[in-house]
Amino acid sequence: MAGNGVWRQILDYSHRADPYPLFAQLRETPVLRLEDGSYVVSTYREIVALLHDPRLSSDVRNLPDVAATVGSTSDDAPPGLPPNFIRTDPPEHDRMRRLLTWNFGPPHRPGRIDGMLPELLEIVTGLIDDFAGMGTTRVDLVDRFAYPFPVTVICRLLDVPREDEPRFHALSGAVIEANNPATAGIAERQRRREKAMADLGQYFATLLDARRDRPAGDDLLSGLLRGDGAEEPMTREQVLSNAALLLVAGHETTVNLIANGILTLLRHPEVLDRLRRGNEPDLAARVVEELLRYEPPVQILSTPRNAVADIEIAGTIIPKGSPVILALAAGSRDPAVVPDPDRFDPDREHNEHLGFGGGIHYCFGAPLARPEARIALTELAYRLENPRLVDDPPPYRASPSLRGPRHLLVDIDGVEPARPPSEHPIAHLRRLP
Amino acid sequence: MKVVVDLTRCQGYAQCVFAAPDVFTIRGDEALLYDSDPDERQRERVERAAAACPVQAIVLERQDGRRGQRHSPQPAIGDFEEAFMRNGHVVIVGASLAGVRAALVMRRQGFTGPLTVIGDEPHLPYDRPPLSKQVLIGQARALGTELPRRDEFDVTWRLGVPAAGLDLIGKQVELADGQKVGFDRLLIATGLRARPWPNEAEAALDGVCTVRTPEDAAALRRLLTAKPDRVLVIGAGFTGSEVASACRDLDVPVTVVDRGPVPLAGALGALIGRVAARMQREHGVDLRCGVQVEALEGDGSGRLRRARLSDGSVLDVDVAVAALGSIRNVEWLEGSGLAAGAWGVTCDAGCRAMDVNGVVADDVFVAGDIARFPHPVYNYQYLALEHWGNAIAQAEVAAHNMISAGSRRWPHLRLPEFWSTQFDTEIKSVGVPTYADQVVIAQGSVAGRRFVAAYGYQGRITAAVAFNQSRWLEFYAELIDRAAPFPPSFPTVDPPSDGHPVAAEVPDRPTPTGQATVVVTGHKPSERRARLVSRPYL
Repeated sequence: MAGNGVWRQILDYSHRADPYPLFAQLRETPVLRLEDGSYVVSTYREIVALLHDPRLSSDVRNLPDVAATVGSTSDDAPPGLPPNFIRTDPPEHDRMRRLLTWNFGPPHRPGRIDGMLPELLEIVTGLIDDFAGMGTTRVDLVDRFAYPFPVTVICRLLDVPREDEPRFHALSGAVIEANNPATAGIAERQRRREKAMADLGQYFATLLDARRDRPAGDDLLSGLLRGDGAEEPMTREQVLSNAALLLVAGHETTVNLIANGILTLLRHPEVLDRLRRGNEPDLAARVVEELLRYEPPVQILSTPRNAVADIEIAGTIIPKGSPVILALAAGSRDPAVVPDPDRFDPDREHNEHLGFGGGIHYCFGAPLARPEARIALTELAYRLENPRLVDDPPPYRASPSLRGPRHLLVDIDGVEPARPPSEHPIAHLRRLP
Repeated sequence: MKVVVDLTRCQGYAQCVFAAPDVFTIRGDEALLYDSDPDERQRERVERAAAACPVQAIVLERQDGRRGQRHSPQPAIGDFEEAFMRNGHVVIVGASLAGVRAALVMRRQGFTGPLTVIGDEPHLPYDRPPLSKQVLIGQARALGTELPRRDEFDVTWRLGVPAAGLDLIGKQVELADGQKVGFDRLLIATGLRARPWPNEAEAALDGVCTVRTPEDAAALRRLLTAKPDRVLVIGAGFTGSEVASACRDLDVPVTVVDRGPVPLAGALGALIGRVAARMQREHGVDLRCGVQVEALEGDGSGRLRRARLSDGSVLDVDVAVAALGSIRNVEWLEGSGLAAGAWGVTCDAGCRAMDVNGVVADDVFVAGDIARFPHPVYNYQYLALEHWGNAIAQAEVAAHNMISAGSRRWPHLRLPEFWSTQFDTEIKSVGVPTYADQVVIAQGSVAGRRFVAAYGYQGRITAAVAFNQSRWLEFYAELIDRAAPFPPSFPTVDPPSDGHPVAAEVPDRPTPTGQATVVVTGHKPSERRARLVSRPYL
């Protein structure tokens, strides 16, 4: 099958449950030119090379057909926000990312995420407790677990009211749909995304106005407004733009990592058993890394990067000005680099997967997504009694790029009580005062 | 538990810091420092850090021994090879990073014969980079940098007794205590030692030291924690600059004296050296270049008190660190017939030692800091590298070649790479920056200390150096492999404000006319091959 046909099939919803055979076909043309002039790159080494290639820009304003539409918005369009940090290039990108990191991780707050582990466990424990009490029962582990858990966490980090979830969920859904390459052309999707992001920015503007009289908290938003002392803080518009991104990314991706994880564990009961036994202290971390390789929540970086120069790669020249799409999920299963790539194997040595991308745009939320998934999967494995998958494959969400089950129905015979803190692995991980 | 990070691979993603913030720290944007011997209670966090590392650069000691790379033994060619794989006796002189790596690779590739490792120090192999960094600031213990042992591999250690001679005809190594160790194949990995302060009486003063061994680092750490009034660092190369950085970290006044024009000039050239000079001064270092230390003076009790400099000035100091480079440990090879001298032991690109006639000596291999080998990318000139990454890479090739025959041997074609962590800045280099006639800022901002500099020689790119921008370097490594034209002519993100090439200002090196241009392809050591090309722009 010709490459363009394979790509169309990957985008087609009917292949959502198992795109991997199609990715294998896609890799036969490592750098594929699509009919619209963009390029899809699907082999591991070429993706890694492009993630570290300074001739590839993330600033969509460099794309000729997007540049043509900038500034031509009609009067009734909402006021646009400046690009968030993942849509910029250095030095602007690096500066914004440093400011975002200042209140999130090293060098200034290295222990922030580690300090949240008990809180993450508490949220997970509460959600699983809610399944209990009815003996044999059917639970949708997306709606009742994989979705509410990361949403609660990101709301706390940003100090966003949890009860606003229906409102920002709809806005976020519009952003995700704009990311779906199957829905429209690049420029049109860019316009839709900007509209949805602007709406989310408006939501945050209202939120910040309402908080104005309160003392600033330790949430990321307050931190961004304060700045880090060493550098000029972001403008209010930049804060709104980046806040919108964090909210979307924080609750549209980890849900898929957790849901893909449950599904994969139920398909690999021997690994589920090992997790349940709990006598391999590093197993959960290795399971999560292998999931990021084997069933990554971000399959395709579909908001194209663009070539600011001709780029010769794998014998193909990507001409200057071309959009470039990186098929991360295809790369992580490239047999030229990964032995036995279609096998789910948490004991894999040297798992250098592309699940979080790489280079300067390496996933900002990765340090949070990892413990979220690790704690979620560890607790489910330990506490769910005899979990059985109802539908295999389950129904999937629409997007081929942010891919995961829409629902995940599981029958269980009951729920084990949570381990008391004194017996829990997390307990002795609490930081000493 | 023992931890080592391959900082040649590390790109400063900081995922380990998030996972184990009491063990790993990031200084500035991406400079990683870590405790090499964290408390056992940190094990779970450290295991998570290792799993999370995006470039899989963290190596741990495993408790369970259930993992470890396994290779199926390669099919042997011929009876001799098969017998050697089973029963041959391999001796490695040098219980070093290179030595232990070679032993591990031989075992993983199926070598089952006796393996003896001879080391002059009493320690099991340890990691040196932390000794001039984390150890001095108290983040790691001087005697805690022993290398993690991932696989239990069967090795006879002969530690604490140096090798004193080599008999190539009788195929045996003579030890200083008179014992002899026979071998079928030998790996020489005896490395370097620190060049001491040349005046012996002055070097013996209390407070005068070098930094090379754990004992050195422990002694200097003790001197620094005693809050000296001023430390003198003699020599502004990487070790001297890192010691100065540690002093400023501890708020200890420090003067750095170098006879060259700027710090790091010998390795990176004067343009980048000037950036390093500004960085040192901004961090409060009293940097004096173009000056030499003429004498160190003590008091009646043999304690260092002052230093006299060539510009006539006198400094009151109570600690002096001689960071004057290194001496190769070749004395034991005198009279052996090998091509061994102040430059190291000469070998071919397959790590096979050469004799004084320039003929390959059968069954003797060389790896690590002591090896001097031809590199096709650099016009087949002989390189002698003092880099952590080279010790590992060359040991892997040497080990493979020691148990392989003929065409199955690999060439050592890795591009040289190194790093230095100083003043909250990660300096990384790929290629050979001194093999250059011009240098250009390729990306970023020198003023902001976030940039990539590309080096060129006769119209092709030969090296790149990054300050806090290590994630771009593999792109430049690829350009070096491809012998891409210099200066780079393509646009990039984060373009520099001044992208004009300037003179490289690197130390002179004899350069024959008529350059060989070589393109290298392949990723793994088993795949990398060179191809001679002619380029019209040359």
